Amino acid sequence: MAQLDAIARACRVQIIRMLTHAGSGHPGGSLSVIDLLVAIVFGRLRHDPRRPDWPDRDRIVLSKGHAVPALYTVMARAGYFPESQLITLRKLGSPLQGHPDRVALPGIEAATGSLGQGLSIALGMALGLKLAASPARVYCILGDGEVQEGQVWEAAMSAPKLGRPDHAVDNLTVIVDYNKIQLDDFTAKILDLEPLVAKWQGFGWPVQEIDGHDIAQIGKALDQAEATHGTPSLIVAHTVKGKGVSFMENNPDWHGKSPRPEEALAAIREILGVSEDDATTRALADELRALDKK
Amino acid sequence: MAAAKASRAAFGEALLELGARDPRIVTLDADLSKSTMTAKFAKTYPERGFNLGIAESNMVGVGAGLALTGKIPFVCSFACFVVGRFETIRISVAYTNANVKIVGTHSGIAIGEDGYSQMGLEDIACLRALPNLPIIQPADEVETKQAVAYAVEHQGPLYLRLTRQNLEPVCPPDYRFSLGRWLTLRQGNDVTLIASGGTVFNTLAAAKKLQAEGVSAEVINAASIKPLDEDMLVASAAKTKHVVTIEDHSIHGGLGGAVAEALAEILPTPVKRLGVIGFGESGDPKGLYAKHGLDPAGLAASITKFLHR
Repeated sequence: MAQLDAIARACRVQIIRMLTHAGSGHPGGSLSVIDLLVAIVFGRLRHDPRRPDWPDRDRIVLSKGHAVPALYTVMARAGYFPESQLITLRKLGSPLQGHPDRVALPGIEAATGSLGQGLSIALGMALGLKLAASPARVYCILGDGEVQEGQVWEAAMSAPKLGRPDHAVDNLTVIVDYNKIQLDDFTAKILDLEPLVAKWQGFGWPVQEIDGHDIAQIGKALDQAEATHGTPSLIVAHTVKGKGVSFMENNPDWHGKSPRPEEALAAIREILGVSEDDATTRALADELRALDKK
Repeated sequence: MAAAKASRAAFGEALLELGARDPRIVTLDADLSKSTMTAKFAKTYPERGFNLGIAESNMVGVGAGLALTGKIPFVCSFACFVVGRFETIRISVAYTNANVKIVGTHSGIAIGEDGYSQMGLEDIACLRALPNLPIIQPADEVETKQAVAYAVEHQGPLYLRLTRQNLEPVCPPDYRFSLGRWLTLRQGNDVTLIASGGTVFNTLAAAKKLQAEGVSAEVINAASIKPLDEDMLVASAAKTKHVVTIEDHSIHGGLGGAVAEALAEILPTPVKRLGVIGFGESGDPKGLYAKHGLDPAGLAASITKFLHR
């Protein structure tokens, strides 16, 4: 557990670093989803970064594609590509596109980022794996604002019924990263999702509610979802947008802008819990400050 | 000569046959499987036929997911309804490069009485803009069966545009479909008539009328709308110096648009696009074709006018 928390901290640092290099991107939603991704990828995912096309691999569909920097950090750490490549995010010619590109980067399971589409793809994958009698699981992560899309509810209505009785898609775990903020403002102000749990339950989904930053809780909820037979499962993960960086937390302004180098350094020191004169962040400080001179 | 058959019916038969040999083939429908003619496939192979309800976006996405696990999904609805989910096709299918076969039936005004809201009239225009999505529109039973077999073999997404109405045979029995290759049905020297799908038969009839008026028309069946058969297009245009496209689709962005774009770049040639202008409407199919000038007499008149402009 402590080990996963440490990985999540390291990933948060990389998210801030790569977004600062990119000069654009989405820190808020990347920081809210990172603990979920770390818990899945380093806690349980059956995959092989050397064989991204292994038919029986577990799959992650990050439907909230704008949070892909978080996914890139765990993919790099898992060995899909060198960590040195992270700072090519959003640069011309980089496979680390601003939103996920399956063709450009092996290990990305589907192009997402045009919101509302990932659950349908994950559902089709889960059905295909069941038809092939594969033991693989599919994890789909939705953003909360994204749940306003109609296609999500088409898929939500379909999933508990599709493939039954012989191929029920109980190999599908869906997680809503419920950070309560979308691009323009708080979700409750734009188009409130509540009562979110009751809505999914009404569509036939077993629903768990957890703290999406508590690695132990995430693990337990994923266990329970995996132990559920005959139906896919939903986890509503209550999260904090910008989690780990106090000036980004719960602030809609940090949905879609990157920090400046000095802001990034303050963020990274807060994530690591070190002071300004800490020696371990000196090289990173020089690297990021140099961006100001470009 | 074989009897006339709707390309949707030939599609359903071809799927049934190919499905017996290839367990990767699955069908997805949105409550129109009796109309798209996949119902028999789903009945014969119940584990491979899925009805997603009236939710086309989800159907397209589920098709993408199935393709990403090695299935070959045929995602079927009326052309307007399935292509209407353009953004899902754009990202979940095309950009993801998922091996999904999108099938749009009930193309064109020839569906008749149901009226405009059920007519696929802009589907080619929409999908033609996607970088990796071939578009195939067969003209009769023989060609449809060939095209469906090709769709199974083709690695990557493609779009198959089919008709509700029966189509008279136009291709020889030994015809072999090939992507990017057209078929010359009639040789001629004065004008090149390029038709596709439901308009090919009437175009042949129009060519016979023109012959009686002393106009020698070359008739080409353009099943491969994307990519075009540029070699045949340019060779024929160089010979006749006049090109007319005939399609049951909007004149904007369809086969006519594609032909005009290609000729403008390679061999500027006067092009007349015949097809549907504006919205469709309810009516009997024959009456609609006459009103829109897609019957043999209407086509012959438009072509003559074009040649004497």
